[in-house]
Amino acid sequence: MRWTTLLAALLVTLACWSVPAAAATNDGAVTTSAGSDQVITTDTWRAIRQGEAGFIAGQPDQRGQLIQSEGEAWRSARNGVLAWYAGLALVGVTLAIAAFYLIRGKIRIDGGPSGKTILRFTRIERMGHWLTAGSFIVLGLTGLNMLFGRWLLEPVLGKALFAWLTWAGKWLHNIGGFVFIAGMAMIFVLWARDNLWDRYDGGWIAHGGGLLRKGDHPPAAKFNFGQKTQFWMVIVVGTLVASTGISLLFPFTFADLAGMQLMHLIHAGLAVVMVLFILGHIYIGTIGMEGASTAVTTGHVDLNWAREHHSVWAAEEEAKSAKPAE
Amino acid sequence: MARMKFLCDAERCIHCSGCVTACKNEHEVPWGINRRRVVTLNDGKPGQRSLSVACMHCSDAPCMAVCPVDCFYQTGDGIVLHNKDLCIGCGYCLYACPFGAPQYPSTSNFGGRGKMDKCTFCAGGPEADNSKAELEKYGRNRIAEGKLPLCAEMCATKALLAGDGDMVSTIYRERVMARGFGSGAAGWGHAYRDQERTRERKGAGAKE
Repeated sequence: MRWTTLLAALLVTLACWSVPAAAATNDGAVTTSAGSDQVITTDTWRAIRQGEAGFIAGQPDQRGQLIQSEGEAWRSARNGVLAWYAGLALVGVTLAIAAFYLIRGKIRIDGGPSGKTILRFTRIERMGHWLTAGSFIVLGLTGLNMLFGRWLLEPVLGKALFAWLTWAGKWLHNIGGFVFIAGMAMIFVLWARDNLWDRYDGGWIAHGGGLLRKGDHPPAAKFNFGQKTQFWMVIVVGTLVASTGISLLFPFTFADLAGMQLMHLIHAGLAVVMVLFILGHIYIGTIGMEGASTAVTTGHVDLNWAREHHSVWAAEEEAKSAKPAE
Repeated sequence: MARMKFLCDAERCIHCSGCVTACKNEHEVPWGINRRRVVTLNDGKPGQRSLSVACMHCSDAPCMAVCPVDCFYQTGDGIVLHNKDLCIGCGYCLYACPFGAPQYPSTSNFGGRGKMDKCTFCAGGPEADNSKAELEKYGRNRIAEGKLPLCAEMCATKALLAGDGDMVSTIYRERVMARGFGSGAAGWGHAYRDQERTRERKGAGAKE
């Protein structure tokens, strides 16, 4: 009798146990290790390729990403599109300026130097110009070195010297950026008003700035349309280059890796655009035109130069200086 | 000699991080840097897998291509090494690397990152083999002693394989055939495709 009672009790217990057990099997669909090949599929590998991050212990979370394919996009953009087009544009614009010099020659003062000068830029204006210009030359050269130096300078200088120069250049670039920003802020405050478009710009554009024909001098106020374009290019493009530059100076502070790759391409691409504009600016301010460079060195320009190139401004200045004498 | 490669078998890795520790200890890796890392996918879920990853020593290495001072070089065995004396800490290799291998002693110091550090496949650097200078800058040079990378040698489950690419792939193929599942070799296609695009390699084994 006893064993039958025991058996009955056992059966009842089993019956009771089997209910939750059955529920668990139907509910969970937990895969065992034998079926693991069905759980890790090609989709998982594709997800890794596309940058899906996993869990990582003891190291920063972003290191959980196994493969970041954007790196290769950045590489081909930098070493391909950027290096190639920037190089072409730099060579092309330099050749175009050289051709312009050969064809048009130096733009002389038609009336010849008068011997009398007029103050064009005050000391503070010249300081603003040179803060911007001096830092830009350093930034431009060291920046171009980062992009092209390996192919142009390294074979000449050797690895050790070139690496040291590039290291020093990187620091000059990092610090020079802040000088450039200060200079840019200064010229914006000093010159923004004079660079607003006025009624003389239409005529200046129609005459091609008087660049094409000898003795052609469309009227202009303190700045002509070409200078205004240059000014706003520096302010707008310069601000973009400066802001992306600052974000690169502080890695992972303003942007993640993908953001930094993009910032770098914008920074380098726009900086090359600025260099192209500035090549033209330096040309016309020095060897391209008689009497122009003293505006930013001594601050004074020849009266005849002022009357030819900035007739409206020259007339205003002459009227101003005539008044106190009355 | 052959082309050196890493392979991590996701079906075997148990996320013990022995490879990370072995590497860190062997090379006296700088503070804050781990040349190797273990990542777990689907953590805590069915199908959880772990993978150990470091520099893959790519055939057409992006770091080499973008370095502005050309401080990288590839040995005759296909190992990608770099010269810390030339490195300017610009971070371009970090931007370009698909595997997150390059790391810096300082990450957010006004662009002053210090010299880049990464896995050397236990092959040191440009200094004389097993010299003090090499040890201090890059860690131990096991390859010069005829040994394979310590991370793979110490792997308890033999999930991480390192060595001659042909031999590694033979072992892996046999494994996959025997167990009948799990054939994804993470990163291989990425690191070792375009074998023709391989740069000129210098030193032992260059001609194969």
